[in-house]
Amino acid sequence: MQEMRILSPTAILGYGFPMESFQRAMDLNPHVIAVDAGSTDPGPHYLGSGKSFTDRNAVKRDLSIMIPAALERGIPVIIGSAGGSGADSHLDWNVDIIKEISKELNIEFKLGIINSELSKETIKNKLDSGDIRPIFPAKQLEERDINESERIVAQMGFEPFIKALEMGAEVIVAGRAYDPAVFASLAVKNGYDIGLAVHLGKILECAAIAATPGSGSDCMMGFLGEDYFKIMPLSDNRKCTTLSVAAHTLYEKSDPIHLPGPGGELDLTNTTFEQFNENTVIVKGSKFVPSVQYSLKLESARKTGYRTVSIAACKDPIMINAIDTIIEEVKAKVKSNFANFGMDDFFLDFKVYGKNGVMGIFKNLPKETSHELCIIIEAVAKDQKQADTICSFARSTMLHYGYEGRKSTAGNLAFPFSPSDFSVGEVYEFNMYHLMDVDNPADFFPISVKNCKGGELA
Amino acid sequence: MKLFDIADVIRSKNAGPYELTFDIIFKEFDMYRKVWENKVFNKQSFAKLYNIKEDDIISIVNFDPAKAIKITIARPICSGDLGETDVYGAQQHSPLIGFEFDM
Repeated sequence: MQEMRILSPTAILGYGFPMESFQRAMDLNPHVIAVDAGSTDPGPHYLGSGKSFTDRNAVKRDLSIMIPAALERGIPVIIGSAGGSGADSHLDWNVDIIKEISKELNIEFKLGIINSELSKETIKNKLDSGDIRPIFPAKQLEERDINESERIVAQMGFEPFIKALEMGAEVIVAGRAYDPAVFASLAVKNGYDIGLAVHLGKILECAAIAATPGSGSDCMMGFLGEDYFKIMPLSDNRKCTTLSVAAHTLYEKSDPIHLPGPGGELDLTNTTFEQFNENTVIVKGSKFVPSVQYSLKLESARKTGYRTVSIAACKDPIMINAIDTIIEEVKAKVKSNFANFGMDDFFLDFKVYGKNGVMGIFKNLPKETSHELCIIIEAVAKDQKQADTICSFARSTMLHYGYEGRKSTAGNLAFPFSPSDFSVGEVYEFNMYHLMDVDNPADFFPISVKNCKGGELA
Repeated sequence: MKLFDIADVIRSKNAGPYELTFDIIFKEFDMYRKVWENKVFNKQSFAKLYNIKEDDIISIVNFDPAKAIKITIARPICSGDLGETDVYGAQQHSPLIGFEFDM
């Protein structure tokens, strides 16, 4: 079996890569260039709003290099989780960039587009037939959750990519995808071991992060054989070591041995990591165990309101000492001021940096206090104007609040900016993290392959 | 004994929006095995360190190839919910830096 070479140019499409690394990778004649373009890491805003968390120019820069280089060698480019979250609006955004590139560089290719956004009706029907279950610690799904969703996506496995390749696509841009799928699909299509292909994909999806020193914006190459894979960075100042690669297997996963994905589980019980040469690691023994029931992971977000924040700080030791009480008293004043004004439904929070602000989600930890505090006042309400009002009032109340023992009577807060308040816009929360059992996963990921030329699809 | 002195890596990160996972990668294999076999990290000790319920601890596993112990917990809130302070979960490791134990 001939060795297959899979190039991952960057950890997330738009994070960039050095041209020297990319050129060196292309000199090794890869069989495919694949890239993961998304993550739930940046939070629910991007899936909810339909916007990308990566920058348009940065994504265009990466693709303007990758696509012509791949076409020149007759190898495919495969992009997964387009636009960061993979819903239809994200996919359209990425397709638009690709069309623009075809026009500006005067290149022509077959573009495969794979959607992953699901309708509320589809999800409701699957809920009714008992096919949706929560992934702990998410709660059981209810019809209300579906109604509140802004958009719902399912993570596709490698099957839709294989189909798009069979349909003749030269560039594939897909909605939400299981991260390793973009790297593994051509290998699985060509008969390579699924366990090794998926494990290699798990490492390649973060590109050079698995090397040492790690980087999210540098290339990594995978070499897949019959019973092994090798992983190698493309920059002289990085190395893959058994430790860096094994450590990456832990990254962002809850269990490093059993890694579930669409259609089955990656089992690393018998996996070995060995140093192949100075900068390359060879991995053997990873297995793919198909599941009896194929299930898809669902993600969705719902809108919870609009946010305004104000950034302030304080240095006064008397105030710092009494900060918890002051915050409670300011909150009470804000509440009572608007109670009879039809504004009683809002969220008001003070994130106090310098007093366990970073770990504020753990409520019961001891609070060490610094000599100065940064206070972020946050208001979330049903519309932007109300959020502005609550934040503004909380800020002015805190600025002039006459707390007990005060000596600094001119003002309690130092504002680094004018204006001091920032209207941030819509706020979303994740409201779906569930598995949906399906008989035929292909039904949920429609594929179209079109000719892309001069900025048009035909 | 101080964890800080025997670990190469101490980190936290979301594992999906509903879970937070902590990785401790040790400097020496023997020390890693000793810490693991002595069950220094168990539901009780970790729950105490973060002042959370033992039921919120999803798993405590080891991984020989990385000389690592990994603790995964239910996030106190889902990533990005109202009240969030660390959307990526990448700065929740500091109690581990100060962690001391007898063995």
